[in-house]
Amino acid sequence: MRDTLRFLLGDELIEIASCNPTLTVLDWLRLDQRLTGSKEGCAEGDCGACTVVVGRLDRGRLRYEAINACIRFLPTLDGCQVLTVEHLKGEVGALHPVQQAMVDCHGSQCGFCTPGIVMSLFALWLNEDAPSVSRIEDALAGNLCRCTGYEPIIAAAQRMYRLEEARRFDRDAVAAQLREMADTETLALNGPKGRFLAPATVGALADLVMRHPDATLVAGATDVGLWVTKGMRRLDPVIYLGRIEPLRAIEDRGHHLDIGAMATHAEVRPALAALSPQLDELMRRFGGEQVRNAGTIGGNIANGSPIGDLPPALIALGARLVLARTPRSHNPHPEEAASAAVPKDEGGGLSRRTIPLEDFFLDYRKQDRREGEFVEAVIVPKLATDALFHISKISKRFDEDISAVCGAFFLRRDARGLIVEARLAYGGMAGIPKRATAAEEALLGKAWDEAAVAAAIAALPTDFTPLSDMRASARYRLTVAGNLLRRFLIETTQPGVETRVAGLLAEAHHG
Amino acid sequence: MQAGAKAGPLGASRIHDSAARHVAGEAVYIDDIAAPAGLLHAYLGLSTIAHGQLVSLDLDAVRAAPGVRAVLTAADIPGVNDISSTHRHDEPVFATDMILHHGQPLFAVVAQTREAARHAAALAKAVYEEAQPLLDVAAARAAGGALVTDPLKLERGDVAAAMAASPRRLKGSIEIGGQDHFYLESQIALAIPGEEEDMQVFSSTQHPSEVQHMVAQVLGVGSHAVTIEVRRMGGGFGGKETQSNLFACVAALAARKLKRPVKLRPDRDDDMIVTGKRHDFVCDYEIGFDDEGQIHAVDAVFAARCGWNADLSGPVTDRALFHMDNCYFYPAVRARSEPLLTHTVSNTAFRGFGGPQGMVGAERFIEEVAFATGLDPLEVRRRNLYGGASFGGGPGRNVTPYHQTVEDNIAGEVIDALERSCDYRERQRAIREANAKSPVIKRGIALTPVKFGISFTATWYNQAGALVHVYTDGTVMLNHGGTEMGQGLYVKVAQVVAQAFGIGLDQIKITATTTGKVPNTSATAASSGSDLNGMAALDACETIKARLVEFAAKHWQESPEAILFRPGFIQVGAREIVFADLVKAAYMGRVQLSATGFYATPKIHWDRKAGRGHPFYYFAYGAAAAEVAIDTLTGEYKVERVDILHDCGTSLNPAIDKGQIEGGFVQGMGWLTTEELVWDEKGVLKTHAPSTYKIPVASDRPRIFNVALLQDAPNREPTIHRSKAVGEPPLMLAICVLHALSDAVASVGGHRVCPRLDTPATPERVLAAVERMRAEAVG
Repeated sequence: MRDTLRFLLGDELIEIASCNPTLTVLDWLRLDQRLTGSKEGCAEGDCGACTVVVGRLDRGRLRYEAINACIRFLPTLDGCQVLTVEHLKGEVGALHPVQQAMVDCHGSQCGFCTPGIVMSLFALWLNEDAPSVSRIEDALAGNLCRCTGYEPIIAAAQRMYRLEEARRFDRDAVAAQLREMADTETLALNGPKGRFLAPATVGALADLVMRHPDATLVAGATDVGLWVTKGMRRLDPVIYLGRIEPLRAIEDRGHHLDIGAMATHAEVRPALAALSPQLDELMRRFGGEQVRNAGTIGGNIANGSPIGDLPPALIALGARLVLARTPRSHNPHPEEAASAAVPKDEGGGLSRRTIPLEDFFLDYRKQDRREGEFVEAVIVPKLATDALFHISKISKRFDEDISAVCGAFFLRRDARGLIVEARLAYGGMAGIPKRATAAEEALLGKAWDEAAVAAAIAALPTDFTPLSDMRASARYRLTVAGNLLRRFLIETTQPGVETRVAGLLAEAHHG
Repeated sequence: MQAGAKAGPLGASRIHDSAARHVAGEAVYIDDIAAPAGLLHAYLGLSTIAHGQLVSLDLDAVRAAPGVRAVLTAADIPGVNDISSTHRHDEPVFATDMILHHGQPLFAVVAQTREAARHAAALAKAVYEEAQPLLDVAAARAAGGALVTDPLKLERGDVAAAMAASPRRLKGSIEIGGQDHFYLESQIALAIPGEEEDMQVFSSTQHPSEVQHMVAQVLGVGSHAVTIEVRRMGGGFGGKETQSNLFACVAALAARKLKRPVKLRPDRDDDMIVTGKRHDFVCDYEIGFDDEGQIHAVDAVFAARCGWNADLSGPVTDRALFHMDNCYFYPAVRARSEPLLTHTVSNTAFRGFGGPQGMVGAERFIEEVAFATGLDPLEVRRRNLYGGASFGGGPGRNVTPYHQTVEDNIAGEVIDALERSCDYRERQRAIREANAKSPVIKRGIALTPVKFGISFTATWYNQAGALVHVYTDGTVMLNHGGTEMGQGLYVKVAQVVAQAFGIGLDQIKITATTTGKVPNTSATAASSGSDLNGMAALDACETIKARLVEFAAKHWQESPEAILFRPGFIQVGAREIVFADLVKAAYMGRVQLSATGFYATPKIHWDRKAGRGHPFYYFAYGAAAAEVAIDTLTGEYKVERVDILHDCGTSLNPAIDKGQIEGGFVQGMGWLTTEELVWDEKGVLKTHAPSTYKIPVASDRPRIFNVALLQDAPNREPTIHRSKAVGEPPLMLAICVLHALSDAVASVGGHRVCPRLDTPATPERVLAAVERMRAEAVG
């Protein structure tokens, strides 16, 4: 056990012995450190005015990422380095190329979003050499600017690579410092308003989860952060999963991928992109860059959002969820022992069960997570070469928005071309991500054509009674849910027809 | 302008004065000011119903919450419980009996920390007797149509006769959505009490003088006891013209009560729930026209959801009528406003101030006529332009519905130039051809013009003051009544001063706007900032220069005509003297080196009752063409290309102006496309955060975005440097996006049926229009 939080603020080692578990990085920077360059624009991770860059060790190597300081809890920085807009200038006050390019291109007007934009571009500058305009747009998807219309900011993002660096960021030195700080002790931090527990091993995590059934498990905090900043909830204790390296693993097992629960959306994207360009595009459109860097695949699933975009795609792929807990439970669930399919004690002395992902979602915000259990991994089968696969995310705004409807479809046909397997999964159509079983039924045994699609569409009202809300009306949701099957058919049978207006898939079509 | 204008900083693309501080995080916003000793934090307690009687308010739990120092209600107000900007006494700081919108402030709690105050505010127990809220135009009309302020009627010609005589007529209606300002810096105020009744308030406001008056009124003190200061806002867009009053007054009230500094910063969600937005409108219209696409008569009613009090709804709805002509001549016209009372936030100023809504109406009229006649919309636009000499035009076709003659019309030239430069016709042809072969994705293109009237229609607002100090080392402190919200006003006015004295921008310090230096200022609004404050600052400079010339003439025995301010030096006969040496000598000669300046816009007058006058000093013009792609299966769309030609007169700073044009365009595009405000049936705003309210992101801007400033087009009026106002007009360039979407939708029905696309044209609305096209094309 270690009871002191340790991280780097720039080059300075910070040690904190007492801290509330949900104190945000932004409040700490602004109120405690008087580093007021980072701004609060929304306090929900949507506007990016608070963007800072966090460096962490990823399999021994230093990795820098832009994140939203407004919804990140300070103790989750344990073992990391945080860089703010105040750290960018050189010794003699010279602007960093990112900053100078923003000045040169007239990239700021009111200036309030600017520090966040500078930090998002700084992360891009650190990580990538010659990003395309599309990539620059992605890197800025989590940064709202109300003044400029973005054109000069995009220009600055291109210009920054042509300017000389005034200050060298010594990655090796930072990596060495972080390595020195790294340990496998559980961080147990006390604050006036609660405890923060951050185990470094899966075993320690399992013990803590079993011992604290009332604990809030925090992964990327891209939703839990809002429980605090918007819901004003007090969380105690908080168990943070971010220090457990094995949970971030992404392994290619030949026919399937094993993805650790703590793999972030940014980390998962290349692995899923290898399965299908449709998955690449879905992952690209997930929140903003800062959310993709913080949010995790396990958190997205465990949180049980009715619209979380990943579950429909994973359900359509036939993904399975691995739930683990320590076997020292006083009352082991009978099912757990009885089921032969459940791999037990594969590692870490834990008992595990593996279930189809769709079975995890029981009802609105209610999941099949038993006492002491945590989501450990997701098993994602690769697509067979003869499978037809499709994802469409429909939202009011194309990037950085939550789906009104998300549809993910998987079909397999036999030698005669008749559909033998169909998984049509939707988000935004019910209280949970859900398969359209009646529509699937309507497809089975049919040829993949307009008549089959029409039959499936006719069945959708049996599967879903969607709600009207601020994102879309029930009528729109149902209409689009059906039209997405039409889009699927066109894309798989008439590849020459243009079917997307924006994003990677539209660009691919344009060539 | 004076000699040497060409070489000076005026007209050059100087960077924003704060740019280097913006990018370093060193620009100080109010929440960044180091906390004064003893700072407390206030938070507002809000009503949870939209309409009804407040029966009781139990604040015991609020008072008992940890860290709480005081709870304030209307009973604690020493002055008047009202912050109505139009003095109608319809906007209490805190509600006392009737609740008129969801989120109306009931009380404020003051605590040690913001977090403590925010938590405590949620503990109030209010008992209400709920009444049915009127939430939109239809409901307000059905309940009798109570108005928040007097409506306006504009009338010219005999509309009934002209309509009856028109070869063709049609009626229609359009819904035009509202818009949240979404300034990145939310509302905020920091109040610091001084001795006796003195109060200093740092307020994120576009209108320091009004905040000063409101704070004085609420505290029951003279205006001279209250000083308001604002160095910069993190965005305003009209949202901080009157809406900042509440936060400043509550902070000041708490500071007065507790004799300690108090800060009030609402959470983003509360900011959106409490403050007013752009008015949404329903416009019902009848148009008389002929087969040649010429409009004979227009009769239109613009009904607005004004919210629970008048605020600026009178002038906003007036300006909608002032722009229901856009660039077009209506031989006979009647336009009426209907500023309706509703139980929603009190809608307020927002970039364009009603003008955009009026103009969306005008462009719909054109579109209706185009579809009814089968003519190309751009051709119909051209045939109805003011002047319109090319088609049945002639004298008299240049009088607006408010009887002002359009004297500076360049709309036709701007349209022609843009049509050529963006290859409009060829692209339109190619799009139609490609659409025929593309079953799912359809493209559309449209070109729309803008003519926007410049001046406050409240004529007395068209005045400004400035204060210029020259110090003995030749540096200059510049202050004026305008506020900086990102638009680059400070640097533009500094350029004016630098040019006047022949000095560099680095010799000028631009200081925070404060009521203590320049009094009785107007809001920085109506695009007027540089027009008014630039002239006022120049006036101050000219006063000082006249004194310097008089002194120099005596001192160096030259005639005053031989003394000229050149870039970098002053020519005194054959001598070249640097500015610092001149002012040093002038100081020794006991010459006053400080002056105030003043400006009042000439020519303008307006008789609202008669609906006649010359409310605008001049017009700013522009045109834009958009190309879009829509998905006919989902309603999704993408703006692929935009070309803009905009009239800034002789630009004071082309880079700053381009920033206003691009930014205004994208903001207007957001308004017309993805920015949707949704209230539920109880009157609760459901889109109160960026997670649910979607302003454009980087990838929404058009990938091809050609923006040009109209060249060699000085303002015909003698404005500062012959420039034109640029804050608002470009927002309306985005109307071309709505019409490009409409063009794409219309392609589904073979361009025979008018899509009548309402705004915001969300993917859902676009899909609905597509489906209607399909149905009507079949039927």
